[in-house]
Formats: sequence, C-alpha cells, structure tokens
Amino acid sequence: MSAYDHEQLARLIGMLPPAPEAWVHAAQELPSARRGLDQLVARAEADAAFRAQVLADLEQALEAEGVEPQPRVVDELRRLLADQ
Amino acid sequence: MEAPGDDGEAAARRPELTEQPASDAALVQRCRAGDDAAWRELVDRFSRYVYAIAVQGFRLPQQDAEDVFQEVFTRVYERLGSLRDDEAVRPWIAQLTRRLCIDRLRAGSHESDADIDALPEMPAEDLLEALEEAFDVHDAMNDLPENCRQILDRFFARDESYRTIGDQLGLPAGTIASRISRCLDKLRDAFEGEGRNLPPAPSGGQVT
Repeated sequence: MSAYDHEQLARLIGMLPPAPEAWVHAAQELPSARRGLDQLVARAEADAAFRAQVLADLEQALEAEGVEPQPRVVDELRRLLADQ
Repeated sequence: MEAPGDDGEAAARRPELTEQPASDAALVQRCRAGDDAAWRELVDRFSRYVYAIAVQGFRLPQQDAEDVFQEVFTRVYERLGSLRDDEAVRPWIAQLTRRLCIDRLRAGSHESDADIDALPEMPAEDLLEALEEAFDVHDAMNDLPENCRQILDRFFARDESYRTIGDQLGLPAGTIASRISRCLDKLRDAFEGEGRNLPPAPSGGQVT
C-alpha cells in the first residue's frame, strides 16, 4: 500500500509556493552586485573626486557600474563608503 | 479529446527539459568556483524553501520575511567557502533561516515593548518537518515530464485555475483534471520509487 495518496502529495506541493520574483531576482544578482560594489569602492578609495561623485548620487553610480540600484545594494554602498 | 499518455512526451524528447539537475554538492562546488549561473540555480532551488520557513513556519510579515530571505542568501554567498560538507547545504540553509527568523522575532518582541523576557512563538516542529517533506516532493517533481511538473506546480503551488493552466500550456482546460490525476500517480511513483520520502538529517555542515 502506498504511503502517499493524491491528497497528501497535493498538500505537500502546495506548501512550497514560489517566493516573490523580485526577491529571487535580487538574491540571484548578488554576485554581480558584489563585484560592482567592490569596483566602486576600490576606485573611490583611490580617487577622492570619484568618491564625492559616487556619494552625490549612489543610484547613478551603481547603474553606471551595471548594478541594479536596489535599496539593499544602495545601503550597502553607502555603508562601505562611510567605512572608508 | 484528450490524447492518452501525452503528459510531456513531446517535452521529454527535448533534452533541455529532461536534463537532471546538478546535485547540491556539485552546485555548491560550482558556486564556490565563481559560476554565476550556478549561484542563480542555487537560489532558485532553495528560494521556496527559505520563503516557506519564514512565512509559513515562523509567520513573519512580508517585510520581515524579505529581509530574512535576502540575509539568508547573502550569508550563504559569503560563507559557502566554509561549508564543511557540500551535500549538507540544505540543512545548513534551513538552520540559517530558522536562526534568522528567531532573531527577527526576538528583535520584534523587544521593539514592541512587550514583556522582553517572553520568547516569540516558535513554529510547531511537525510543520517544519512537513516543509522538509514538501521540499523532497518538489525535488521528485524534477523526475517528471515537463508538462506534469508544470501542471502540478501551477495548480497546487501557484493556485492557477484550469483555464489559466490550459491557456499557458496550450491544453484544453477540460483535460487538466485528468492530467493532474495522472501526474500525481507519476509523482508518487517517482517519490516513493527512489526512497526519497525520508526527511534529511536535522543538522549537517557549518552552523551559523
């Protein structure tokens, strides 16, 4: 006799609905966002004028680096620059 | 008229739809080597699991659940290199998610000026075990033809109607119910046939 009937399987499938697409996308983009942040911070460390330019418009700086300026990424950039 | 036994045979002839997913360990190794596609696949593989633990298990509100979700994958990304057993990535992610949910609940109870010694309500252990079982069932769905996988996921996990499923998959809506029944039979065979209906070990790699 089978341990799983249709009702049980249906219930178990339904227990894992997809996470919101935007959340998944943001997590999937983590490696490229990290690379973009690292490059921006490295350049900002070496160039005070560039650092001021980045601080003036964090979103634009990220976009120019090919990174989506998601709020968490913008916050992280702000934190990293403040730590410098 | 519904053609018998046509749940995905055409799809099964397309190699990109029948390719077996990489093992957890292989995926972790590719991620560690800097393979962005592998990272996307890893997030895709565990995103529902993390989401379900946060929202169903710990009943976090959406904003808190999103913060936990992103923090889990940030920590996984940063600490993948220190995972001792690559096959243990799933229990590691589960423990990490649980811990971050508990931290979030505790922080919330402190902020709410409630009794700060009171512990937040924890999910019932049998619910968390059921989520493990649900993960195994979804894993077994990878062994099904693409049409079956789609139909079962759309109907039971995405709550789509017969009409929507039919429109999206190019199938007569009146045939969806019988297809679901046949696909559930196939899923049961796949799930039980490979002995995968046992819950994973409760702990494994690095605990953070």
